[in-house]
Amino acid sequence: MDEQITVTVKDLVQNTALRVVWGEDDLDRPITVPDIARPGLQLTGFLDYFEPKRVQLYGVNETEYAKTMSHEQKMYVFKKMSTPLTPAFVVSTDLQVPDELIDAAKAAKIPVLTSSLTSSRLLLNMTYYLGAQLSERKAVHGVLIDINGIGVLLTGDPGIGKTEAALELIQQGKARLIADDRVDIYAEDEQRLVGAPSEVLANLMEVRGIGIIDVLQTYGAAAIRDHTTIVLNIDLKRSNEKVSNFDRLGDGGASFEILGIKIPKMELPVTSGRNTASVIDAAALKYRTERMGFDALSTLEERQRKLIKENEVHDQQNN
Amino acid sequence: MVSKEFTITADSGLHARPATMLVQKASEFDSKLTLKYDGKEVNLKSIMGVMSLGAGKGAKIEIVAEGGDDQAALDGVEGTLKSESLI
Repeated sequence: MDEQITVTVKDLVQNTALRVVWGEDDLDRPITVPDIARPGLQLTGFLDYFEPKRVQLYGVNETEYAKTMSHEQKMYVFKKMSTPLTPAFVVSTDLQVPDELIDAAKAAKIPVLTSSLTSSRLLLNMTYYLGAQLSERKAVHGVLIDINGIGVLLTGDPGIGKTEAALELIQQGKARLIADDRVDIYAEDEQRLVGAPSEVLANLMEVRGIGIIDVLQTYGAAAIRDHTTIVLNIDLKRSNEKVSNFDRLGDGGASFEILGIKIPKMELPVTSGRNTASVIDAAALKYRTERMGFDALSTLEERQRKLIKENEVHDQQNN
Repeated sequence: MVSKEFTITADSGLHARPATMLVQKASEFDSKLTLKYDGKEVNLKSIMGVMSLGAGKGAKIEIVAEGGDDQAALDGVEGTLKSESLI
């Protein structure tokens, strides 16, 4: 279900607050790599390692250096850098765009963009946005909710009640919906998993017996989020009451792995008479308190150790 | 109803890890299983209950099974006590 992802210069402009100096009609140029080029050395004529596919970012260094170049040098270099693959030129800090750059860009129909932000800030914003948009995405069957800021991916067999449990938490104001049924996951900085809905399914839930619910319209803007970092997987399992291999102490160390990143996984038995939504809420809070350094199991073990010592003394006195 | 007494020989007693194994084994049977130690008794299918006794090395415990599969349950639990090196 992985889709070909396309980002255009227009998407970049809209999502990173850039202004178009020239090229309103050419904003549909595609951006295929998340990296940004700082073409300082290229201005000196060293073009061996020029990266044509990258957005080209000009800051104070580049524009100041350009001022020392002759008109002919600038015409030559900017023309060389205006390739059919080059998505856009960006000039930071509201700096004056060299005339020769605009001329070369116009000839190649490459948009020229500016911003009041500094180069380092722009670099960060653009890399972050493009990185998120252009990463490999995997579609996973499940429901992604944010419980008190904890991104929880609910998985489990169809019909086990993932959506119903999520709906209950949303109704209680404890959770926000990111995606129902299909969660598109990508790795951010190769460290974190981020999940988002596919565009078609955004804000929508399918509840058996009711049909499609638009969560945004029904429960309001506070009930949804467009993406979240996924830190915990809760896997709902039909439990056979007799054989319970579920983690009784909660330290099983199971994990869910996707795109080379592992996150902790809890298997929750679903049984009648057990409120799945409450248990999911408790599981998310348990994860959070443990991250804060509180561990109920250690508390229990410590108390038991103390009791065992007392009992041993007591046993010896009796013998 | 069947019952049997055991003496815990494991250095750290009936601590969290083997207690979990014991409870999981006990949960496989229909019989009611009770763990007795030092005048207190708890349900052997309850992890918190088992840990609350604080049975250490040298503790004399008694396990009582009541129900249709009581002998099988007692044997099963004894097997886990052995495999977890508790006795």
